[in-house]
Amino acid sequence: MTTETKWAFDQEYITSFSKEMNEPEWLTELRVQSLAKAEDLSMPRPDKTKIDKWNFTQFEKLLVKSDVFSSIDELPEDVKALVDLEAKDSSLYVQRNNKPAYLQLSKEMQEQGVIFTDIFTAAREYSDLLKKYFMTAVKTDEHRLTALHTAFMNGGAFLYVPKNVQIENPIQAIFLHDDAEANLFNHVLVVAEDNSSVTYVENYISTTGKVNGLVNIVTEAITGQNAKIQYGAVDTLAEGITTYVNRRGHAGRDSRIEWALGMMNDGNTISENTTNLVGDGSYGDTKTVVVGRGEQTQNFTTAIIHFGKNSEGYILKHGVVKDSATSIFNGIGKIEHGASKSNAEQESRVLMLSEKARGDANPILLIDEDDVTAGHAASVGRVDPLQLYYLMSRGIPKHEAERLVIHGFLAPVVNELPIEGVKKQLVEVIERKVK
Amino acid sequence: MAGSVLSIKDLQVEIEGKQILKGVDIEVKGGEIHAIMGPNGTGKSTLSSSIMGHPKYEVTNGTITLDGEDVLEMEVDERARAGLFLAMQYPSEISGVTNADFLRSALNSRLGEGNEISLMKFIRKMDKQMEFLEMDLDMAQRYLNEGFSGGEKKRNEILQLMMLEPKIAILDEIDSGLDIDALKVVSKGINQMRGEDFGCLIITHYQRLLDYITPDYVHVMMQGRIVKSGGPELAQRLEAEGYDWIKKELGIEDETVGQEA
Repeated sequence: MTTETKWAFDQEYITSFSKEMNEPEWLTELRVQSLAKAEDLSMPRPDKTKIDKWNFTQFEKLLVKSDVFSSIDELPEDVKALVDLEAKDSSLYVQRNNKPAYLQLSKEMQEQGVIFTDIFTAAREYSDLLKKYFMTAVKTDEHRLTALHTAFMNGGAFLYVPKNVQIENPIQAIFLHDDAEANLFNHVLVVAEDNSSVTYVENYISTTGKVNGLVNIVTEAITGQNAKIQYGAVDTLAEGITTYVNRRGHAGRDSRIEWALGMMNDGNTISENTTNLVGDGSYGDTKTVVVGRGEQTQNFTTAIIHFGKNSEGYILKHGVVKDSATSIFNGIGKIEHGASKSNAEQESRVLMLSEKARGDANPILLIDEDDVTAGHAASVGRVDPLQLYYLMSRGIPKHEAERLVIHGFLAPVVNELPIEGVKKQLVEVIERKVK
Repeated sequence: MAGSVLSIKDLQVEIEGKQILKGVDIEVKGGEIHAIMGPNGTGKSTLSSSIMGHPKYEVTNGTITLDGEDVLEMEVDERARAGLFLAMQYPSEISGVTNADFLRSALNSRLGEGNEISLMKFIRKMDKQMEFLEMDLDMAQRYLNEGFSGGEKKRNEILQLMMLEPKIAILDEIDSGLDIDALKVVSKGINQMRGEDFGCLIITHYQRLLDYITPDYVHVMMQGRIVKSGGPELAQRLEAEGYDWIKKELGIEDETVGQEA
């Protein structure tokens, strides 16, 4: 038996890494504490997926060297395609592996005191603000992966919208993974203070082809009273990358958090997307689309937890599974005691495209309050032969008819994405994956 | 070039092991409009579905050809591209696919790769036909048949007919559930298609539709067969006298087929 540390990087390494990044002391300490705790914490237990053989913890490099992009023209074509190059006053952050590689801020944002920067700069320049919110919606000691996330965080973005500020144009972040040796421990923190509103859209994009790597993402979206965050994401990480992604919302009184998530990774993925409706009158809406293909196994747990009275939560998940892929969809609507007059609705639909594909939709309602309404719908099925017949009777070949039905099936989320380039990319990714 | 010929000989069809069509013979040529009439449950819709290739119906005997080509050997989409069209009694609803995207896809699959219709040309054509059918132009961007009323669905079937311009169209109870104004619009669309290159088989219970579209031939279906054929005067007599005289003439007691008593 070996007694050496369980992780690739020890306390000493983490401390010197943190110092090198000029991080404030509280963050260095938090990293070190988290690393120490990780060993004793258990792994998360996604319902109906066994992950004990998945590698979330062993990796060789915490940082890879990547060059920055000095102008938008230098961005790779795959990244350019996601950006609205015509837009007059847009905000864009591009991270290349672990390197903040490009940042452009709109006048609109700067004039109104909005902060949008990479997570390292945030730690240096907005230490107090970051400390106030960082790892509050997700706790560092929830399980081993949140602890390791905190200890190893090596990238991410911070978006802060002050009180009463409404940002019209979507703010975009692109996390480019173009080095086969890169591993991402990415943290995204979006805070919308009272009466503010913002739309944020992110892409995780691999251009490496098949690799052997791991990704551990934590997102926290936090709204103050009467604030609104619209959060769009399209994940297209490469085959061979094992991903843990936790996107969590914390909604204050009368605030709204709306998610539109395109989960298109080609590797094994565990996704947790929880919205805590903490304040009275808060509203959460989660729309997710998923395509599983090849041999990949994916588990998507979407939860909306009602603490506040009169809170409303809506979950919509549509997934397509082909080849011998496995996709598990757990939908949880939970109403805590005291959250009276709340409404929890959810719908999960899975479309199976092959005999060997496995799909499972598990709607769960946990209700600890009498005076509420709730509903769920779930189905797992194949493409309706009568729909195909109808389309084919107009001359449309079978594969094209299937393509139309699948696109239609995934449209509810695709249509929610507020940036044309991202929407187009998602359509193209879906096209490529279901072909 | 003269119109196409759809030729059906001794067609026998089963659904879930039960025989519904017991030998149907009919020929529809370009320029002709045929009406098939008959009470409920006599096999009329089975005939239309079998021509198009509905997955539930199994042809056990007989032939269907279009201009000499074996239709039964073709997949559903090939039948459509060969020039057949079926306006369905219960069109499917397809969520997330707009009417316009669907129709463009259908049109382009007929035109073939490299000959696709330009978007502008398509929009002009679609707008024009929608106006002709007195349809709300917003319907182009609505999801295919989703939330459409019965009348809107039927109009939408005729819109597809006019956009796709088939050689032979089969209209399966296109008149059911239509009020008189909608019936007039639908008839206007079908009459607009009339011409040497267009043949049509109208399936209906009611004489009503034939007040607006005068057929060249009228056939009566009972017990899974065509039991009587004639000209437009036959439809008028059916309207006036019902079907009992035919049953009497042919000694038929129960005109239905494949139904449990």
